[in-house]
Amino acid sequence: MEKKTLVMGVIGADVHAVGNKILYHAFTAAGFNCVNLGVMVSQEEYINAAIESNADVIVVSSLYGHGELDCRGMREKCDEAGLKGILLYVGGNIVVGKQPFDEVEKRFKEMGFDRVFGPGTPPETTIAALYEDLGVQPPEETEE
Amino acid sequence: MKPVLLMDFGSTYTKLTAVDVESETLLGTASSYTTVQTDIGEGLQNALDILEQKTGKLDFAERYACSSAAGGLRMITSGLVPELTAEAAKQASLGAGAKVIRVYSYELTKKDVAEIVASRPDMILLVGGTDGGNSECILANAKKLSQVDPICPIVIAGNRNCADECEELLEKWETHVCENVMPKFNELNIEPAQHEIRQIFLNRIIQAKGLSKASELISGIMMPTPAAMMAAMQLLAEGTKAESGIGELVAVDLGGATTDVYSIADGMPTQSNTIVKGLMEPYAKRTVEGDIGMRYSIWGIVDAAGIDRVSQLSGIAPERAKEMIQFLSENTETLPQDQEWENLDFALASLAVETAVARHAGTIEQVYTPMGLAYSQIGKDLTPVRRIVVTGGAIIHTKRTGEIAAHSLQNPNQPGSLRPVGAKFLVDRKYILAAMGLLGQYYPDTALRIMKKELVEATE
Repeated sequence: MEKKTLVMGVIGADVHAVGNKILYHAFTAAGFNCVNLGVMVSQEEYINAAIESNADVIVVSSLYGHGELDCRGMREKCDEAGLKGILLYVGGNIVVGKQPFDEVEKRFKEMGFDRVFGPGTPPETTIAALYEDLGVQPPEETEE
Repeated sequence: MKPVLLMDFGSTYTKLTAVDVESETLLGTASSYTTVQTDIGEGLQNALDILEQKTGKLDFAERYACSSAAGGLRMITSGLVPELTAEAAKQASLGAGAKVIRVYSYELTKKDVAEIVASRPDMILLVGGTDGGNSECILANAKKLSQVDPICPIVIAGNRNCADECEELLEKWETHVCENVMPKFNELNIEPAQHEIRQIFLNRIIQAKGLSKASELISGIMMPTPAAMMAAMQLLAEGTKAESGIGELVAVDLGGATTDVYSIADGMPTQSNTIVKGLMEPYAKRTVEGDIGMRYSIWGIVDAAGIDRVSQLSGIAPERAKEMIQFLSENTETLPQDQEWENLDFALASLAVETAVARHAGTIEQVYTPMGLAYSQIGKDLTPVRRIVVTGGAIIHTKRTGEIAAHSLQNPNQPGSLRPVGAKFLVDRKYILAAMGLLGQYYPDTALRIMKKELVEATE
């Protein structure tokens, strides 16, 4: 089966590199072709990478609380760049302080994100969502 | 004695360099005015006569040539995202010694195609998409080009999954498929495309430029002159098995119309907490500043640096400096005759070097993050480079070479520019570097030893 391509990275001035590496390994093992942009990624970098690699989904991480500011306008920029309808995921400590997650999720969905994941989400949850949204099955050899 | 002749066919001058590969010495250099319109053999013969007046009659065992005649290797590149595959295509072409007339990104319009046809390039480099990535753009561009009559060879170096389809679309054109310039996201792979470009230049372009008239006089390889320069710099930096090189270096070639900068250096960050952004840059990188030159592009220097700095460095009042610059832009063959004109040329050369190297080198900026201070680097960090090679008439024919070359170094007014912090300046006084790049294709040890001997150190 054709591998699905995802573009991933940590947005804004955020330098949390460890979680990014863990997600990269988890997504790769789950059968995705990962374009990992690392840390301190701008919206333009995600979009440019998604254009060149013909990505199916952009997975945005943010750990430092400023995710809401960093993510604003991303959907509109994707539309502008011809990435109409590309899946947008966001996850991590994406807002300042402790706020009820359902409100946070609502705000990010209004911004055009298809899936929003709160703090402490295990990679498996995101991977399950990817399989569902992209209509693909886990690779057979992932059983250890 | 085994004399070898190295020829550089330029648009206006044919430059000759004679070496003895047995004793590894430079026998002499000469140049003569030429035009391709008349006969390249005639210019060559004139230059040979001048050379032999200096050296006596030489019976050359081998003759090699490079050429930038008839505009050099003029290329058009077309990629997808400006900062990504379009940039990779530009890097590939510049590194192969081409003059890049224009870089297109995203899908070409009918007007773009008409422009391409009108600009009569020698070659087109068509790229776009990572392997398995975007194919729409390159296919659309191939289709657009297929609707006009072929004008030149096309190198296809984009998403490999649609290379066959591109070739089919462009069946009327001469096409050459090679590996993708960016097979994976941000992974630069420009050597295969460069190799292809050089091969096509060799097999096809030379005839078209009327250089084959001289071919019976040439025993081997023709490459674009900037490619010969690049080869020389790589040889000088890296060395050979038998002879060590001088290590990472930056080279500046200050011309009348353009200023070329080369860096042979990995350019990785030198301080911790640094995150590299943007497209990975090639280890052997060439940039061409088309607006920075000592005569044809003289106003470009003023535009970039400002008349005040020209005035400050030359000690000439701004109004007078402007008049003089206007004169030089109209009389491009003028050489400085007295102290005032020398001072002006000194200021212009210094600012040209500063501008061109600053554009070539990477930049760094501080980023305050909630986790503390971090640095974001774009392009190559050349601060640890300790050797700067300079060439070009305005630098090598002046006593103030060291002072001019020092403008390539980092300065406190531009702290974000990752230029070398302190370096030894090596001057190509006899203008032999391109010739040594050519010689190095056959006698690398000899070419390297001659360069090490002939490049003289300049002090500030």
